Amino acid sequence: MRRFSWFNATSLTLGFAFLYLPMIILIIYSFNASRLVTVWAGFSTQWYGTLLQNQSFLDAAWVTVKVAIASSTIATVLGTMGAYVLVRGGRFMGRTVFSGMIYAPLVMPEVITGLSLLLLFIGIGLDRGIFTIVLAHTTFSMCFVSVVVSSRLVSFDKSLEEAALDLGCSAFDAFRLVTLPIIAPAVISGWLLAFTLSLDDLVIASFTAGPSATTLPIRIFSAVRLGVSPEINALSTIMIAIVTIGVITASILTKRSSLAKQNDEQAAARTS
Amino acid sequence: MAQTVFAPWDDPQAKPLIQFKNVTKRFGDFTAIENLTQDIYEREFFALLGPSGCGKTTLMRMLAGFENTSEGQILIAGQDMANVPPNKRAVNMMFQSYALFPHLSIWENIAFGLKREGKPKDQIAARVDEMLRLTRLEKFAMRKPHQISGGQRQRVALARSLAKAPKLLLLDEPLGALDKKLRQDTQFELMDIQEKTGTTFVIVTHDQEEAMTVSSRVAVMDEGQIIQVATPAQIYEAPNSVYVADFIGDVNIIDGVATPEGDAYHIAWAEGQAPFTAKTATRFSEGQRCYLAIRPEKVGISADRPADMANAVQGQIIDIAYLGNISTYHVKLANGQMMKAQTANTRRLSRRSFTWEDRVWLSWTDTAAVVLEN
Ligand SMILES: Nc1ncnc2c1ncn2[C@@H]1O[C@H](COP(=O)(O)OP(=O)(O)O)[C@@H](O)[C@H]1O
Ligand SMILES: [Mg+2]
Repeated sequence: MRRFSWFNATSLTLGFAFLYLPMIILIIYSFNASRLVTVWAGFSTQWYGTLLQNQSFLDAAWVTVKVAIASSTIATVLGTMGAYVLVRGGRFMGRTVFSGMIYAPLVMPEVITGLSLLLLFIGIGLDRGIFTIVLAHTTFSMCFVSVVVSSRLVSFDKSLEEAALDLGCSAFDAFRLVTLPIIAPAVISGWLLAFTLSLDDLVIASFTAGPSATTLPIRIFSAVRLGVSPEINALSTIMIAIVTIGVITASILTKRSSLAKQNDEQAAARTS
Repeated sequence: MAQTVFAPWDDPQAKPLIQFKNVTKRFGDFTAIENLTQDIYEREFFALLGPSGCGKTTLMRMLAGFENTSEGQILIAGQDMANVPPNKRAVNMMFQSYALFPHLSIWENIAFGLKREGKPKDQIAARVDEMLRLTRLEKFAMRKPHQISGGQRQRVALARSLAKAPKLLLLDEPLGALDKKLRQDTQFELMDIQEKTGTTFVIVTHDQEEAMTVSSRVAVMDEGQIIQVATPAQIYEAPNSVYVADFIGDVNIIDGVATPEGDAYHIAWAEGQAPFTAKTATRFSEGQRCYLAIRPEKVGISADRPADMANAVQGQIIDIAYLGNISTYHVKLANGQMMKAQTANTRRLSRRSFTWEDRVWLSWTDTAAVVLEN
């Protein structure tokens, strides 16, 4: 048995407090009856009601969702292709440069990414709006997808692809019928990662958004500058709930399937 | 004798199915296969034997099309394979790691190659069922690969590579994970399949008994080269080098110097000892260094000096390995050389005639040993 010392207990409490205290306060105040954010005046859900009537929030939320779905889908396709070439392509001209460059956006300050994209869009005369945000988000989330997918591909047994080729598949069929179904969990987590990155991006979106399209983080940020309202708390609480449910579902699913697989393998070993 | 012997390699008219022509394969600076030339004929059961890392898998992968040759040519049915991708070759391979598709059921794994051919559904189903029956996997058809045992996985891999009835089947250590009984059954199954389908097999194995049982010819490899190719009997009885003699089965090697003596050679092997006598087709010059290779089962063991044997030498029993059907005696000769002699245990253990420390005579005929140059 591992002993649960006072040191462990303190670290755990401190860690969790740092992570979750701000969120808990936010959630509590979203149910505050008072308009003043810092004064508790009883339980109420009225701010959730007013939130639903606030057209500008709803518009921004809709734009955000559309951008997130579009950009994460494109980023997943491109990122997976990039990862595949990097891991499987063997040696080709400029491979090292390419693999370095695909990871550069991971460490690049967002301000610089945003600014350079802004300059590019102005340079080629592209009107800023939902389309430019999608492009920008694809650019920076694609490298996250490719990191996730390539770490899975590295451990992928190459002889599976060779077996597919051996049994008459073209290279594309081997990828479609064998590689992709097996690495699907990594591709899906890549997509989810890109989706959440796009959902809460403020910096890059504010560089590349135009007057015709505002995302939710931009909307919240500009609202907060005029003072924190309980509506914002309510909105944030909803976002926290969505993210939490997503994360929990994903982890339960993976845990369950790996447990089932383990059991099966043990059963198979017994009845050899 | 009405039955003709299957030996297309002796027939100058026969057209080989596979031709390696001066094939070299390098990985960076490392040479995995070195200037290898070899023909393999249709309907052969060709076994590759050799220590780990000698290039057996590399040879198979070049046949399957996963590796290019660095130099030289590989021809299958007369066609240069240089630019033919794996999916366009009438060759199937059973992978050493099995490479079963984990997301597909056993049934779907076996059907995979047939579906790629675009055969009608009922034909595919019939063929898959036939393969399942052959490998005794009917009960597991709907399971996933991780839900069956190692031996069953190996049978799935075999069934999958057989399903398309390829002209050439490559088996990379196909039976390693099976227990002895199932392995023997599967060996006979393979020979049976070959008989029925006329498929040519190239099989990699490190089990020499397996190579001896199934193959028409055995190739013994070392460091990217084939040292000897011959029928199992020839390889065993007439190895061309100490390496091959030592690799296949058990052997006593005696280092000596040859002197021609009539139609045989006298081989001096230790000071103050009478030379051994051996007959060989190979020519040795006076005083040439040579190696005498004698299989333990060809060495007789007796209490008194046998009168009619060309070679006899005295020694002391150091160790006895009892293997049930046979016993191996480890005998130390006067110069310290160890020799093994094998006898069949036709009597019960309690009536065995020799024991540790006994002084005995070892003897063999003048044709029992092979004289080797290297
Ligand atoms: N892709 C590769 N890159 C570099 N070296 C390799 C590669 N494949 C095989 N080798 C080397 O070639 C040699 C022969 O390997 P292999 O054909 O797998 O041997 P085995 O006879 O055990 O099947 C080994 O030394 C191995 O390390
Ligand atoms: Mg190997």
